[in-house]
Amino acid sequence: MSAAIEIRDVAKIFRQGTGLFSAPRQVRAVDGVSLSMPAGGCFGIVGESGCGKSTLARLILGLHPPTSGDILVDGQALGAMGRRERARLIQPVFQDPFSSLNPRRSIRDIVGLPLAAQGIGGREITSRVGAMLERVGLRAEMAHRLPSQLSGGQRQRVAIARALVLGPRIVVCDEPTSALDVSVQAQILNLLNELRRDLGLTLVFISHNLAVVEHICDEVAVMYLGRVVEHADTDALFHAPTHPYTRALLDSVLTPEPGLGIPDVGLGDSYPDPANIPPGCRFHPRCPIAEARCAIETPAPRMIGTRRVECLLA
Amino acid sequence: MSTLLDVQDLRVRFNTAAEAVRGVSVRVETGETHCLVGESGCGKSVSALAVMGLLAKGGIRTADRLEFAGQDISRLSERQMSRLRGDKIAMIFQEPMTSLNPAYTVGSQMAEVRMRHRGGSKREALDRAAALLGRVGITAPGMRLAQYPHQLSGGLRQRVMIAMALMCDPELLIADEPTTALDVTVQAQILRLLMELQRELGLAILLITHDLGIVARMAHRVSVMYAGKVVESATADSLFAAPTHPYTRGLLDCVPIPGKVARGAPLGSIPGTVPRIPLGFQGCGFRDRCAHADASCATIVPQQTRQPGHAYACRLPAGWVAEPVA
Repeated sequence: MSAAIEIRDVAKIFRQGTGLFSAPRQVRAVDGVSLSMPAGGCFGIVGESGCGKSTLARLILGLHPPTSGDILVDGQALGAMGRRERARLIQPVFQDPFSSLNPRRSIRDIVGLPLAAQGIGGREITSRVGAMLERVGLRAEMAHRLPSQLSGGQRQRVAIARALVLGPRIVVCDEPTSALDVSVQAQILNLLNELRRDLGLTLVFISHNLAVVEHICDEVAVMYLGRVVEHADTDALFHAPTHPYTRALLDSVLTPEPGLGIPDVGLGDSYPDPANIPPGCRFHPRCPIAEARCAIETPAPRMIGTRRVECLLA
Repeated sequence: MSTLLDVQDLRVRFNTAAEAVRGVSVRVETGETHCLVGESGCGKSVSALAVMGLLAKGGIRTADRLEFAGQDISRLSERQMSRLRGDKIAMIFQEPMTSLNPAYTVGSQMAEVRMRHRGGSKREALDRAAALLGRVGITAPGMRLAQYPHQLSGGLRQRVMIAMALMCDPELLIADEPTTALDVTVQAQILRLLMELQRELGLAILLITHDLGIVARMAHRVSVMYAGKVVESATADSLFAAPTHPYTRGLLDCVPIPGKVARGAPLGSIPGTVPRIPLGFQGCGFRDRCAHADASCATIVPQQTRQPGHAYACRLPAGWVAEPVA
């Protein structure tokens, strides 16, 4: 399988606090990430808030330029692509359908906007929007409604219809079900799976919910403070997590099985700060198995079978 | 074990024509965790707020019984109720940033709770606050007392909220989605802390959540809510071993469980959306989304018992489930 997205040593540094009295801080949101995402697959990116997963999504979408490194989408350099060309290739679905849809525009205008931006005419827009709404499980008449007249699940379907209306090859979903109830989440996950199969889409699926990622993704990258600390096939990652951070994340998944209690994830009470990345292994202050050298040596990525891990002790 | 909070047939409506809570009965026993679980809009938070006397303006509450520690709290004045809140009954919410005052330090907010209910000097109150911050796993409590809420991470803020809730030795802790805004790793830490505190202090916890994973791991008893009613109530063991109401079963089928549902295979899902229930609504609120509904569901909802302590509100016999959940 060829790579739909190729990320080569990409970094994104934000400057924060350029106020009069405070020294500017550098936030290394993404700090040297290399990933290859196969075409037609579903690639998961997981991690806690502040790990850089959403920034990585925005870099892949071309919404931020990377500070350094290269991103190739479908074999072409993302930076050299025009906006329209990019929009035909790759589209986003964001977390909160309440804030990502313009409340004053009808569903037809919202879903049709990408078409209008490509210079497509009114009548064709109406028919393509109608067909796309039906494809995502909404009635074509809903085109006349406003977002406020729809439920959360329906709005997320509208966001998916908007993402698919140009027929992109790649869809980047950033926490697409986090704002939804569990019964609606299941509907949306089923829809994404079906669309991916029928349309041959490549999905990039960003989530903090590991059970959801396990259900939908073929490969998973675990991010911690801007770096991918473990990357493996979903089965390998879930059955034999190698990085202690991956283990802690998996331990914190609470499945609906009574009697198991609440696991001790052993991470202590310090919290990662992307503006203040610890030396050595960036995970060492929270790591339950850290040794003295973890505070000094920076772990280089290593291949263990098909799995890529950044840990001195793995 | 004794009943600490006893709520019978609680109803809440607002000025609109909709009824938010339509006859909820819940008992919380001393030292136990009772989970109210359901999706957005099912009335679980409104039920808790109604018990605390914290309904928004225009909210009307009625109940056949509303007792805390044997005392009827339905007739207490606002003044008497506010003496109870933060004292014998404490509450923590989903987003600690909005429940903490951004303009005061952690220490002064915590001390105020103690001094207001129990009097004493500020020094004593601050000492207690520091001890409790240590108890909830915060290192360097002295430093944290002098900090403002925005200087803390989400997990630390929720720990501060829990410590603040403990300032007056409450008997009942009402926790409304206490970990929903937190990372999964921090969620596990906070829930573990709540369990430890319960064991140590004999706290009763009324835990409101939408997450069946949390319910399974935390609850002694569970009440599943849908459209303003409790549709199934049981011990956690019994509920997960034999979920009987079609809504409970549907909800459990929606949850992806690593290793249990094949990758890419469709998850169970419940068609449709939660309805608005007008005043005077008859029959089962779930019938429009239920695959098993028949004509009788539009008028009557039988209350049935699967086994002692496991009740459900549905016409189906307890044995309708072909096979138990694996």
